[in-house]
Amino acid sequence: MANWIPLWLHKLSSPPVFYRFAGVLRPWAIALAVLLGLVALYGGLVLAPPDYQQGDDYRIIFIHVPSAWMSLFIYGVMGVAAFIALVWRIKLAEVVAMASAPIGAAFTFITLVTGSLWGVRMWGTWWTWDARLTSELVLLFLYLGVIALYHSFEDRRQGARTAAFLALIGIVNVPIVHFSVVWWNTLHQGSTIKLLGPSTIAPGMVWPLLTMMVATKLYYVASLCSRARADLLALESGKDWVRQIAENEVRG
Amino acid sequence: MNAASLQSFLAMGGYAVYVWPAYGVFFIVLLIDWLAPQFRRRRLLRELRARMARQGARKERASSPSPLRGEGWGEGPRLP
Repeated sequence: MANWIPLWLHKLSSPPVFYRFAGVLRPWAIALAVLLGLVALYGGLVLAPPDYQQGDDYRIIFIHVPSAWMSLFIYGVMGVAAFIALVWRIKLAEVVAMASAPIGAAFTFITLVTGSLWGVRMWGTWWTWDARLTSELVLLFLYLGVIALYHSFEDRRQGARTAAFLALIGIVNVPIVHFSVVWWNTLHQGSTIKLLGPSTIAPGMVWPLLTMMVATKLYYVASLCSRARADLLALESGKDWVRQIAENEVRG
Repeated sequence: MNAASLQSFLAMGGYAVYVWPAYGVFFIVLLIDWLAPQFRRRRLLRELRARMARQGARKERASSPSPLRGEGWGEGPRLP
């Protein structure tokens, strides 16, 4: 690896540098997320044809599936950040792990609620203790557990490290959620979009879905920047760079 | 888009009561997630400014002689 990459990463992991970097990245990420989200909504709600079996009810897919992907993706990021935080004790890794938890919980909650609204007509029930649904509910509890554990310590850094440990253990649930529709005979349908092999879904439905996936990823970046900035201010409130921000904002 | 097609769009083929609440939850949850850290950041800075103002006032009092100091009245009146 080129020498400047670790150097650059090392610089970026300094709280004041990351605070400024996140401040620049945030507006671009949210603007692009909203733009792509609107395009995806137009494609999914207006342009895409109704499903031949489910009619227009399937249109919940355009938020349900991207949210479900995000619920797993964010857990993966949180797990990696938690690992880095525990091994190398980098403050920024703790911040990223703890800032990811509420966003992941939000997407998991959306996944469960939209899935429920979809299932009530298609399966005839709001909820069933099926492998996919149950493991996704466990994922929500893992996120909530991480958040609760983090806040139950007076010392924020100690709380972050303890919660990071839980986040790391909970990562075994991620493949369980993903493969639950393969390993068990479930009511939930299998994947229709596959990385390997042909997808079994109409092209008019694929592009809004993938666009929404990119939009939700960008939203995560933007929200993570927001949360990391607030957390860094709280963690470093005694430092000069935070005092300077506090003084400058009162004038500005 | 005319009124009839808008109406059929909103009806979602009879599934409006399931599709629109799903989208509503999506946007409301993400809006809350978006606003919460911004309010928190502003509150943190406000609290920090208040703390800095208190520290500044304490330093000023320590340097200027209090009329009550040295007469058995302790440190002088404490400001809230």
